[in-house]
Amino acid sequence: MNPYNYLYVAALLFTIGAVGVVVRRNAIVVFMCVELMLNAANLTLVTFARINGTLEGQVVAFFTMVVAACEVVVGLAIIVAIYRSRRSASVDDASLLKR
Amino acid sequence: MLEIQTPEAVMFWVLAPLSVIAALGMLLVKKAVHSALLLAWIMVTLAIFYIAQDAVFLGIVQIVVYTGAVMMLFLFILMLVGVDASDSLTETISGLRPIAITAAIGFGGIFVSLIGRATLGHSAYGLKAANANGNVEGLAYKLFSDYVFPFEVISALLITAALGAMVLAHHQRSVARPTQREQSIARFRTGTIGAAAGLPSPGVFARHNAVDVPALLPDGTPAPTSISATLKARGDMLESKSFELGEVDNTVTEEK
Repeated sequence: MNPYNYLYVAALLFTIGAVGVVVRRNAIVVFMCVELMLNAANLTLVTFARINGTLEGQVVAFFTMVVAACEVVVGLAIIVAIYRSRRSASVDDASLLKR
Repeated sequence: MLEIQTPEAVMFWVLAPLSVIAALGMLLVKKAVHSALLLAWIMVTLAIFYIAQDAVFLGIVQIVVYTGAVMMLFLFILMLVGVDASDSLTETISGLRPIAITAAIGFGGIFVSLIGRATLGHSAYGLKAANANGNVEGLAYKLFSDYVFPFEVISALLITAALGAMVLAHHQRSVARPTQREQSIARFRTGTIGAAAGLPSPGVFARHNAVDVPALLPDGTPAPTSISATLKARGDMLESKSFELGEVDNTVTEEK
């Protein structure tokens, strides 16, 4: 086994997360799929840090985690705000601009 | 030169398929809570991968921040928002699903074959040298020397996000909250007088009194207003028919 195998797992997780963002309708599940994509990117960074023998990748993965935490806080606040006004957490219902 | 030991290989070949299966399960399960639990499992496996790859600090942070804080936040919001029709898996835009799956197979295939063909021009080094003084010390040195400016920017981002969440979650009433007196007047003035006394309580008289069984109206039909709308949406409603009295037994047996 070589460390590149972790990159394959990360690629698969990223792709599955992308499908989830497109296919699922519940805003919270869509958001969880975005988190999955961010985590897959983090795994890639950690793996490359190991392959290249430097800690830079881990530092960037650490920053990504902080950004993801911020994103979760703001995103969930938006979902709650939309739920309050529209009584629905479905991403298909929030199409006010279309009509 | 990096030598990967057998235990790590075994760990990888056990956990990697499990995490990919859990990710697929996230797309296929109906309830958002089950998706959240599967995502928590994926995050735990990723934390184990990090620790196996000499990123001990990130592995612990992954468990504390992601499976601890972030997933807890997701579950809180799921509790607030509750269940509604968006949990169903029916596709609303026709043809979206086949297109998404085809695109995903193409994208994933390109991704995987790209990783398979790419070479870095050197073999994997491993983090033995970089972690010589310990992983946390190495990361801290990098963070507070080369990356001190991004670190400060990130702290500004965190404060901004906290403020943004407060602004978004703050809810200002556009009309004053109705007082008890106004509510009582509205109950009598609008609608039927039957609703003035409040909604009927659930349960079938004398046979069952659980909250998931609609009460029976005098004409024998179940009263839909007697149970919570959430239970109805979740499909946790029982049929009141089975608790109905077939025939009222009027005979009195005297006991002495």
